[in-house]
Formats: sequence, C-alpha cells, structure tokens
Amino acid sequence: MIISFLTAMMIAGTPLLFATLGEIVTEKAGHLNLGVEGMMLVGAVSGFGVGLYTENPLLAMGAAIFAGAASALIYGFLTVTLRANQVVSGLSLTIFGTGLSSYIGTAFVGKKLSEGIIHFCKPVEFPLLSKIPFIGPIVFNQDVFVYLGYLLAILVGVYLYKTRLGQNLVAVGENPAAADASGINVNLYKYIHILAGGALCGLGGAYLSIVEVPQWQDNITSGRGWIAIALVIFCKWNPYKALFGAYLFGGLSIIGFRLQQFNISQNLLDMLPYLVTIIVLVLSSIKQSKESAPPQGLSLPYFREER
Amino acid sequence: MLRMVKRTDMTSNKASLIRVLSILFALITAGLFIAIMGHNPIKVYSAMFMGAFGSTFRIKDTLIIAIPLILTSVGIMIAFKMKFWNIGGEGQILMGAFFASFIALNFDTLPKPLLLLMMFIAGFIGGGLWALLPAFLKVKFDTNETIITLMLNYIAIKWITYLQYGPWKDPKSMGFPKIANFSDAAILPKVFGIHMGWIITLVIVVIVSVMMKYSKKGYEISVVGESMDTAKYSGINVNRVILGALFVSGGICGIVGMIEASAVNQTLSASLSAGYGFTAIITTWLSALNAAVIIPVSILFAAMIKGGSFIQTAFQIPQAAANILQSIILFFVIGSEFFVQYKLVLKSSKKEGSV
Amino acid sequence: MQEEVFVQMNDICKTFGSVRANYNINFSVNKGEIHALLGENGAGKSTLMNMLSGIYKPDSGSIFIHGKEVKFNSPKDAINQKIGMIHQHYKLVEVQSAKANIILGQAGSLFVNEKKISSEIKAISTNYGIPIDPDKKVYNMSIGEKQSVEILKVLYQGADILIMDEPTAVLTPQETEKLFKIIRNMAKEGCAVIIITHKLHEVMAISDRVTVLHKGTTVATVKTKASSPKELTDLMVGKSVNLSIQRPQVKRGNAALKVADLMAYDQDKVKVLDGVSFDLFEGEILGVAGVVGSGQKELCEAIAGLYTVESGSIIYNDENILGLSPRAIIKRGITMSFIPEDRLGMGLVASMDMVDNYLLKAHHNQKGVFLKRKPIMTKCEHMIDQLEIKTPGVHHPIKQLSGGNIQKVLIGREIETNPHVLITAYAVRGLDIGASHTIYDLINDQKQKGVAILFIGEDLDVLLELCDRIMVLCDGRITGIVKSDTVTKEDLGLMMAGEAISC
Repeated sequence: MIISFLTAMMIAGTPLLFATLGEIVTEKAGHLNLGVEGMMLVGAVSGFGVGLYTENPLLAMGAAIFAGAASALIYGFLTVTLRANQVVSGLSLTIFGTGLSSYIGTAFVGKKLSEGIIHFCKPVEFPLLSKIPFIGPIVFNQDVFVYLGYLLAILVGVYLYKTRLGQNLVAVGENPAAADASGINVNLYKYIHILAGGALCGLGGAYLSIVEVPQWQDNITSGRGWIAIALVIFCKWNPYKALFGAYLFGGLSIIGFRLQQFNISQNLLDMLPYLVTIIVLVLSSIKQSKESAPPQGLSLPYFREER
Repeated sequence: MLRMVKRTDMTSNKASLIRVLSILFALITAGLFIAIMGHNPIKVYSAMFMGAFGSTFRIKDTLIIAIPLILTSVGIMIAFKMKFWNIGGEGQILMGAFFASFIALNFDTLPKPLLLLMMFIAGFIGGGLWALLPAFLKVKFDTNETIITLMLNYIAIKWITYLQYGPWKDPKSMGFPKIANFSDAAILPKVFGIHMGWIITLVIVVIVSVMMKYSKKGYEISVVGESMDTAKYSGINVNRVILGALFVSGGICGIVGMIEASAVNQTLSASLSAGYGFTAIITTWLSALNAAVIIPVSILFAAMIKGGSFIQTAFQIPQAAANILQSIILFFVIGSEFFVQYKLVLKSSKKEGSV
Repeated sequence: MQEEVFVQMNDICKTFGSVRANYNINFSVNKGEIHALLGENGAGKSTLMNMLSGIYKPDSGSIFIHGKEVKFNSPKDAINQKIGMIHQHYKLVEVQSAKANIILGQAGSLFVNEKKISSEIKAISTNYGIPIDPDKKVYNMSIGEKQSVEILKVLYQGADILIMDEPTAVLTPQETEKLFKIIRNMAKEGCAVIIITHKLHEVMAISDRVTVLHKGTTVATVKTKASSPKELTDLMVGKSVNLSIQRPQVKRGNAALKVADLMAYDQDKVKVLDGVSFDLFEGEILGVAGVVGSGQKELCEAIAGLYTVESGSIIYNDENILGLSPRAIIKRGITMSFIPEDRLGMGLVASMDMVDNYLLKAHHNQKGVFLKRKPIMTKCEHMIDQLEIKTPGVHHPIKQLSGGNIQKVLIGREIETNPHVLITAYAVRGLDIGASHTIYDLINDQKQKGVAILFIGEDLDVLLELCDRIMVLCDGRITGIVKSDTVTKEDLGLMMAGEAISC
C-alpha cells in the first residue's frame, strides 16, 4: 500500500521535476519565465500528437522537447533581444500555450496511444538496485523517464557547480555586467538556457500526456507549471533539492485520490497541492541567506550601453 | 550594421502609434497562420467581426462579455500599477460571486434593491479578502505574489466545485451537481436591453481613473510601483498602500463575480469566471495601465471572444483560436515596447573587419 | 630611445542620445608607462576607456593595439588583445569565490581544476605583491580585497594594458599607497597602465604622462614632471579657477540631534552600527568619512526612520525619535537627501516630473482626498529659477535631466521644507566642479541659517575643507570625531582603517 503510493508519487513528481529543472536553468540565467505552464502544455500536446501519429515514443518526446524550446524562443526573443518585461512576457506565453494546446488538442480528445508507446513507458527493473528492500521497488522499478529525471537532476547539478560553463552561467544571472566585462557572451548564454529550460518544460508536459495520464485532456497540466515555479524557490535554485521537492509535491498531488476512502471530499483534497505550495512559499521566504537567494539579476533586463 | 540606442524623444502620440501598429502586425501574422491552415484570413476576420457586431443581438452579447472584462481589467490595473502582479482575477471573481451568492440564496425575501446592494457589498468584500491574502503575505514575508494569486485561483475553483457537488447542491436538480438558481429579487435588472452591470462598470471606471490620477492614494500607489525605496523614504506607509490597493483591486474583481452570478448565470458555478481573470491581464497590459483605454481594448477582446465562438460554427475553427489570436497580439505589443524605449540606428562603418 | 606604443586611439567620437561624450579624442600609451587620464566628472574619461575595453563601440575613429588596428565588438575582443579594465564599480559576482571570479569567462577545460588555478593565482599574487585568499566569497570581502580580485583577474587574463577607473576613490590614503606600489610593479613588468582619476595629487605622485580631457575633447597630453597641479587644473576645468571651498564661520548653536549608542544589525546578523554616539549642533556641518559600507547608509537611514535599530537613542527636542515612522520624523523637521550610486534609487521617482517628485513629501500635508498640484507648480518654477536648474519644464520627467540638475532638484526640495536637521549623503556624486560648488554653497547657506547638517562624503579633501568637524566610521564604529582644522588626511586614513586616534 505504502510502496504503491510512493511508486505513484515518483511518477507524479517526474513532470514537476523536469519543469523545475528547466526553470532553475532559466532563472540561473537571470530570467524569470512564468510561461512554464504554457511550455508544458505545448510540450504535452506536441508529444501526444506526434506519439499518436508516429507511434514512436522517442520521436514523441523529441517533438515535445523541440516544441517546449520553440515556445521558450518566443519568450527569449521578447525578454533578451527586446528587453521586455519578463513577468508579462512569461504570462502571455502561458496564455499562448494554453490556447495553442487546447486548439491542437481538440483533435486528440478520446484517442488512445499505440501499444508500442504504452509498452515503452512500462516500468523497467534496474538490475541489482531494484532488489534493495523498500527503496528498490520505489526508486529502481520505474519507467525510463523517471530514470532520466534522476540523471538530468545530477547533470544539471554538476553543470552548475562544477563546470566553467555553469559558473559562467551563474555570473550571467547574478551580474550580467560582470560576466560581459569578462568576455562572456551574455545574450548567447541567456538564449541557450532559456531554450534548454523550455525544452525541459516541454519534456515534463509530454511525460504527463504520454506516460502519466496517458490521454489528452484540455489543460492537462492544471497548475503544475506554477507549482514548478514555486518549487524552484522552495529548493533554493538547487537541482539536487529539486529532486526531493518534486517528488514531495508529486505525492501531494495524488494523495487526494488515495484518501478518498476516508470520506473526505475529493474537491477539498484537490486543494492540497495548491495550499501546500502557498505554505511552502511562505516558509521559504521567511528564511533567506545570501547563498540561497535568487540570482541577483533575476528579471532585470541587461543593456550594455545603459548609462 | 544595426545598433540600438536608448530613446529620449518619445512622445505619447508616437508611442500609441507604435502600439496600434503592433496590433496590426499581430493580426497580419495571425492571418498568415490562418491562411496556412487553409482558411481565407480576410473571410475569417470579417466573419469574426460580423459574429461580434453583425446584429443588435450580437452587439449586446459582445457587450455582455465586455462588461466583466473591463471591470476585471480596471481591478487588476490598480495592482499592476504597483508592480504587484495580481493574476488571481479568476479566484477573486469566484470568491466575490461566492459571497454574493451566499446573500442571494439566504436572504431572498429581502426587497430587491436592498438585496442587490447587499450582494454588491458582499461581492466586493469577498473578492477583496481573497486578494488581501497574497498582499498580506507579500508585505509580511515578501512571497512571490504571482504564484500565490494563481494558487488561490485553483483553490477558489475547487472550493466552488466542492459547494456545487456538496453542501450547496440544489436538491431539486435531481442529482445534477448544480447550485440553485437565484430568486428574481437577486437578479440585476436590465437597462436599455443589457443588464445594469454596464452602469456599474462605467461608474467604477470613472471613479478609478479619477482616483488614480488626482487623489493622494492613487499617487501613492504609483510611487510605490515606481520605487519602493523612494516611497518608504518619503514617508509613505508602503504596507498600508499595498494592502489597501489590493483590497480594492480584488474587490472590483469580486463585483465582477457578483454581476456575473446575478445577471448572467443567475446562480453560482465554478465556470462562472470564464477566463476573464486571465484575459484581463492581456487587456490591462495592452491598455498601458490606463483606465480609459481599457474600455475600447476590452470591447475589442470581447469581440474576439464572441467572434471566436462564431467562427467555430462557421469554419469549424476551435474556440481556442481566439485565445491564440489574443496572445499573439499580446506578444507583439509587449515586443513593441522595445521600439518605444530604444531606437535602432543604422551605423555605417567604412572599414569593416574584425579582430 | 624608441618607445613601444601599446595603445593608440585616433579621432574617437561617441554620443549617447543627444549627449556628446567623446569628440575627436586622441590618446596613446607606451609600454611600461603609467598614464593618467585626467578630467572632471562627465569629461568623457570612462566613456573613452569603455571603448578601449570593448564595452562601448565608438561612433567613429580608430584604435590601434600593439601597432595593429582593432575593432572591438565585445569585451571579449579586448581581453584577447590583452586589455584589462578595472571598473570603478567593481564588476564581481558576489556569491562566487575570488577564484571563480578570476577565471570567469576564461577558456579552459570543461571542469574546473581548482588546485591548479589556485596555485596559478598564488604565483601571480606573490609576483606583484597582491595578497589574496582564492576561496573567499566576494560578499565577505572588504573594498580593498575586492579591488585585489579585480586586479588579479585582469593579470590572470594575461593583460599587459591595464585600465583602472578611479581606483582610489574608495580607498584610504594608506591603501592608496599600497595600490600605487602594485601599479609601479606592473609598469616595471612591462605593462602599460592607464589610471582614470580627477585627483591631482595622485596624478603627480604616480603618473609618467597625463592626458587631460575636457567636455569630451582632448585638451593636452603632457609629461607629468614638466607640469604642475595648477596648470593641470586649469586645463581640466577649461579656465582658471579657484578650487577652494568656503567655510563660513557660524556660531555653533545647541545640540539639535543627540545620537547615543546606536546598535544595528543587517539581515545576516552582521553588526552595521556599533555603539555610534555623537551630537550634531545647529549651525555646523558634521562630516562623515569612512570606507564605503562602514555604516554611513545605515546611520542616515536610522535617523530618517528607515532602518531598524537594535538599541540606542536618537534624541531630538528632548524626544527619542527612534521607532517613529519616517513620516513622523519628516514632520519634526529632519530631512535626508541620499544620493545613491545610481542617483535615482531613493529620494526621487525617475519617471515622474518635477511636480510629482516635489509632492513626495509635500502631499502628506495637503488636506482632503485629492492632490493639489497647482501650488506646487509655482514652487517648482521658483526652485528652477533660484537654483538655475536646467529643464525643459516642470512637467519633464526627472530622469531626462543631467546628474547635476537631478541633485539640485533633490537637495532643493529638502531645503524648501525649512528643515532643522539636514542629512545629505554623497551630495556631489558624479558632479563636475562647477555643479559641486553650487551644492556646497547651498549647504553652506543652510549652515548659516542655523541648520544642523550631517554631510556624508567620499572625498577627504572636500570633507576637510567644507566641514567643521569630521566623524570617521569604520565597520559601523566611530573611530574618532575630529576638528577639521587640526586633523591631517593621513590621520583620517588611519581612522578609516580602524585605528582610533584621539585629537
């Protein structure tokens, strides 16, 4: 019972993890992209659509990644090149993504993905590790994308903390003028990481529509993108902590379903992840130190010749 | 080679021209997509136009959509002026409707004017309190208001859904999850064929624009929005300004909830906010946070919503197309800000060559 | 002897909007030379050097480095030409370590080889005599340490042309001496060093040649030894000027403000004010000296009611004003004008016009719900006449005025309220000599009216000339309150570095 809940929790947490990692990478470049929800939706619908027609899971995920990055490009162009207000640009990306996914998705309602894809997304036992009692079946008996989630979290962590490129990225987000004076191509860094962030959000959306649900529903993300943004603050821009935060919230999002037997209204239980997000945000705002503060240059446009 | 230079000579006329042009470019771009999808963009646009304004009946419908849009935009404009990104319009509308419905369902024996007035006040308080919560968290803990207001939208939706399925379910609805219809006393009367929400809206727009421009409170709101430090330095009680402004901001959205529940739905339902809270973000921004400009922009957007549902039947284009069109317009207008702030200069460099 | 020319800039022009920052400037530096670039604020020194370091692009003109013509599209191009710039406002990433800042943007293996880099940095730091802890986070560093990081960064990049923008502005006289030693070392190693400054005695002390800029044009390039401070000043200001600041004798009145034992902490629980006690008298200017970040800002804000203080008292008219709201403090006649580094951060709203900026404090005293802008407009027009503020009109956005005019608006507004206590911080930041003197005169007028003035300044020479007494802060502590007649600049420097001196 507990093991089955925790296993489901990992699955529910995976789209959140992808999106959270995406937003971490974006915010580290100094860009607050509130379009996560929109990019996830675009990824979800493109992934589902391509999966439906090609019956190829990898092509589907690839399409989602591409679509996520492409929608992030709109945001990037507005905020990096045109120096537009990041909050409003992100919001409009969410509105755009919601509209676009619902527009394209009309054709997918009620359609089923092919057996091949469903089969591909079945849990795969990880040799040896899955035999660890309790932890094994939860952590190492999952589908490939859950494993991909672990891998990406570690990769992003190593990238940010151990590599030159990652350190340069931190500088771009903290103090673009300093990075610029050091010969770093600030706008290039911003673009690349905004696109990478969008790609991850797209992947998160597609995981939702192809693996977790798996069918098309209008507005399938139902606020997960926003929860991911909150998770970034909660895990203090740290990809390793994001791993735990995402699964925690994954658990919260399915707890309502599991608690139905206790005769509590489903609708009230559904509030839980949103309520907890608020509580967590408040808690993370109370305690702030220099090391865990948001990037200094977050949401400020950079213009070299500003006087 | 192109270089960008900061502008200092921008007049407000020029700026408006740039914005209007950007909307035009957005329509052209969207038209290209329509063409790619195999429709004639001119036909689609004109069908949209006819769908929105083609008959008195349609115009009335469009205006009925425009009323909540205008009012919600004016509401969140107050918060946006402070750079407080209140995207919780949906939730504030719903909670306003919830408070108003509580009055409507429980005091339906009261005389009509009194009942409506009480509903109006209740709606204002309901929306106001729902916005006060994120404002309080902002001043107390400096939490990110965007996420909190959005989370509160979901909570409000779930709450109304809960009422709909549970305690407030109409026993006469034969198991259908629906809240009872309001009695006649709780329904806003019509004036010139449209429910009198339009009068309320106009009055509020006038009051808000005068207050924002000429009152001390409105001035303090702009100062807080421009620079929190300066506001504190000059002795403005920043926290009180934020709390007060958000209460009014949410309150106005709450009034939208009351109007929609009373005049349009004649009951309370979770779908009552109909996305106005989100569309209003677009209209408010497009109006450059100017209450007077909100009216035409909102009517334009109402026309797009109405026209969008019309082309759904005429061309089998999904309703969501209207949302896409709206966001494309928004992208273009946001982007056009660049040309208000900067200009591009063609730089002639005689000796080209890089190091 | 044939000098090897490292930098040659010909006919450089650059405009910002309608401001002509550089016009046909010619400039050259040789190997092993320390070259001072002298000029007033706004003369175009920083603009010129920003073009040499690839931050700005010249509108026209040509640049030759090591004899080859170059076109810089970004700072990276300049770095590749071995040009390194140490900016006046250090461009460092606060959350990163010294090491991370030093290697920032450098090509190299994907993963950072911490050990190897540390030893490389150590080698350079011993070679030039610049002490450093490579693993220390920048936000834990003093101003001097931050400067060391900046210098090491450009040396690590292999620069042989070093540009230093006002490197001594935030240093004590003693730290300045150390810096000069390092600069001489660098010249000896064969670097070309360009030092931007407006302090004459420093030019005389360190440079081999001087180029003087005035209003965006080159006035002259002279050998330092063949010149004199007087000649350089006249070149710099464009006319023969009297540079002394007046200090009118005013009979000192009663203590207007009695500050006792102020203690305050910042967010990270670091002490920012440590037992600060002093009296401020009517009819005096009390200067406050100290290295940037020694508690000046917190002190101002504490008096103005903007900073939460742990303990202590501020007595004004027999009343402890500690804990009162900023508005209540303004009402009692205590007013503050604080010019932050970006000028507009506090005190003014950039996008608003003069009238609305005037209203910032005045609107509290207006009755009713609505603002009354009419009477304020006349006051503003009066202020424009009196202070000779150059603006197209009272409805022109403040941000489009020049720095000097913005500061006049700010200080003018504070004075207009007839304050009893006037706090002014960095009042002449970024102003040229003429504008600075207008501000000094305004402050002296207030002193003669019997106002008690707290003057927070950066330039020790100005403090010594303008103020009656000088209070020195170091790490939030007062290391001395001295009469400016009897103290030397060196003593002030020692006090700024934390040595208590009794005078």
